[in-house]
Amino acid sequence: MPETLLEVQDLHTVFKTKAGVVKAVDGVSFEISPGETLGIVGESGSGKSVTALSVMRLQRPGKIVSGKVMFKGRDLTKVSEGEMREVRGQDIAMIFQDPMTSLNPVFRTGWQVAEPVRLHHGLEKAKAMDVAVSMLGKVGIPSPATRARDYPHQFSGGMRQRAMIAMGLTTTPKVLIADEPTTALDVTIQAQILDLLRHVNRDFGTATILITHNLGVVAGMCERVMVMYAGRVVEAGPTVDVFAHPKHPYTWSLLRSIPRLDAERHEPLKPIEGLPPDLIDLPTGCAFHPRCKFTIERCSRDVPVLNRVGDTQLAACWVTQSGVELKGA
Amino acid sequence: MPETAHVQLKKAWTASDPLVSVHGLKTWFPISSGVLQRTTAHVRAVDGVDLEIKKGETLGLVGESGCGKSTLGRTIIRLLDPTAGTIHFKGEDITHQRGTTLREHRRDMAMIFQDPYASLDPRQTVGDIIGEPLDIHGLAKGRERQNRIYELLQVVGMNPRFADRYPHEFSGGQRQRIGIARALAVGPTFIVCDEPISALDVSIQAQIINLLERLQSKFDLTYLFIAHDLSVVKHISNRVAVMYLGKIVEVAPGGQLYRRPRHPYTGSLLSAIPIPDPVIERGRERVILQGDVASPVNPPSGCRFRTRCPRARPHCAEEEPPLESFGAEHLAACFYPLD
Repeated sequence: MPETLLEVQDLHTVFKTKAGVVKAVDGVSFEISPGETLGIVGESGSGKSVTALSVMRLQRPGKIVSGKVMFKGRDLTKVSEGEMREVRGQDIAMIFQDPMTSLNPVFRTGWQVAEPVRLHHGLEKAKAMDVAVSMLGKVGIPSPATRARDYPHQFSGGMRQRAMIAMGLTTTPKVLIADEPTTALDVTIQAQILDLLRHVNRDFGTATILITHNLGVVAGMCERVMVMYAGRVVEAGPTVDVFAHPKHPYTWSLLRSIPRLDAERHEPLKPIEGLPPDLIDLPTGCAFHPRCKFTIERCSRDVPVLNRVGDTQLAACWVTQSGVELKGA
Repeated sequence: MPETAHVQLKKAWTASDPLVSVHGLKTWFPISSGVLQRTTAHVRAVDGVDLEIKKGETLGLVGESGCGKSTLGRTIIRLLDPTAGTIHFKGEDITHQRGTTLREHRRDMAMIFQDPYASLDPRQTVGDIIGEPLDIHGLAKGRERQNRIYELLQVVGMNPRFADRYPHEFSGGQRQRIGIARALAVGPTFIVCDEPISALDVSIQAQIINLLERLQSKFDLTYLFIAHDLSVVKHISNRVAVMYLGKIVEVAPGGQLYRRPRHPYTGSLLSAIPIPDPVIERGRERVILQGDVASPVNPPSGCRFRTRCPRARPHCAEEEPPLESFGAEHLAACFYPLD
């Protein structure tokens, strides 16, 4: 087992709203090793983005109420804001879903891409710009020296996302967190960006945390996957095993509810009935139990803990932990 | 098809004829600039489309953002005025219809929109949202109107009591059900579904897809299903049309399109779509397209896809490839098609 690069332990992040306290992240733990690609999947409101933002300490107005984020022997939830600023961009970089709003429209793209090396490595303008231009070239932007002088609005969506990735990589971070990096893009552009992320992972050895709602993207990109529902991790394990033998009814149902391009015959989809839960007023016990086909009496009473089910997977489910196989129509 | 053929169709339209047929359809949007706001160019959103939709079928329409798929859908039901070409509905030329005649036809057509948050008036009750088409077309009043609203809510799987509530009280999936109930209110035969599930959570999408399929068989509906997600489109459609930069480049039954795409754009589009199976996904060969879609203001000469096409040859720039038959119900517009 390779050494752990980043370890999140029992993280809790809450948002206080007028209607009540939202437990956006409710006891999430995971770790990532150098060069690894970890997928975090879940629907809107599952807490996947807030988990990533909490790692970067960008969760405000949310508040990290407990838990640890261990990186290079330090707990990032405890370090000063100044130290955290060093970590961001330098050690851990993040790219966001919407490349349209995450670049500043009034600065030239090259200048923005060069900013992390100026700030973190103290390079002078001209040298920083050289780094930026070479990185823009590496992420596949044609004639990078000229394009670096363009403003973001002169870039297409895919180009902007490439520029964001270039910006994240200039300081050769150890961890790259990509939060829905392709959701706003067309599929052919999505394929380009995913291909780029694969190259980054391989060529720079950057550990990648890929947050997405798209199970297909996870299948193609990630060695390990973590499935979130209502702020909790419900299942985790090697992607191949989780997709072949899901051990949590949510994962199991989700995989059966999506149409597949390679389906041979037309069969009606098997939807998950009901609605995603209200985070202010979560169901008792397992948050998924009102929508679950396998629910037993205990599910509405006790919150299931994440435990080993099978050889390689973890699942937070009383049913599968008792040895029951998930199957059925 | 020559003009006389349409006249004949109009006289003798039967259910075996195409419900909708579109010929040489163009929808251009003017771009004006300068002090005088003179029209200097056009966005050629739809630029010469021929398409037939049979009664009772679901025709899927896929393409990337900006390819003109929504504009095409809206032009077909005359929410937008075509720049050129003809639209026939039930054999009748509706291209230039206005006023009462057009309204008559509108009772036969409806639309379901992408964004269930923006397409429902927040100040109307659910009942009034669904009842509005009934009022406009004078279909029901008073008690009858009320009953019809209750019935429609039930049909889309919602509690009739929700009629007095407001849209903000509902989730995205429920709002989309309300949008569907509104579309059904006039008793249409043809519904344009414009990205009806893209704004919904993954676990809710299947509920709406199944609902649309159930309603189709119950009310004998014909759908034009517009989406960018080819897996969803293939699932719900009988035939799939692929659009690129204002043109249809390929049409075929879904399975056929997946097994044997002939247009290089379809091929790369299919290979770009991730399949939720890590074993299959790792063994797949990808054709990753270079660059972005060209501008619809000034599309490339000849074949519009040639600027990104891995198979393009000089001839592709000189002449525009026509849609040609590649077997039963399979059309593609390419000089050097895939095998």
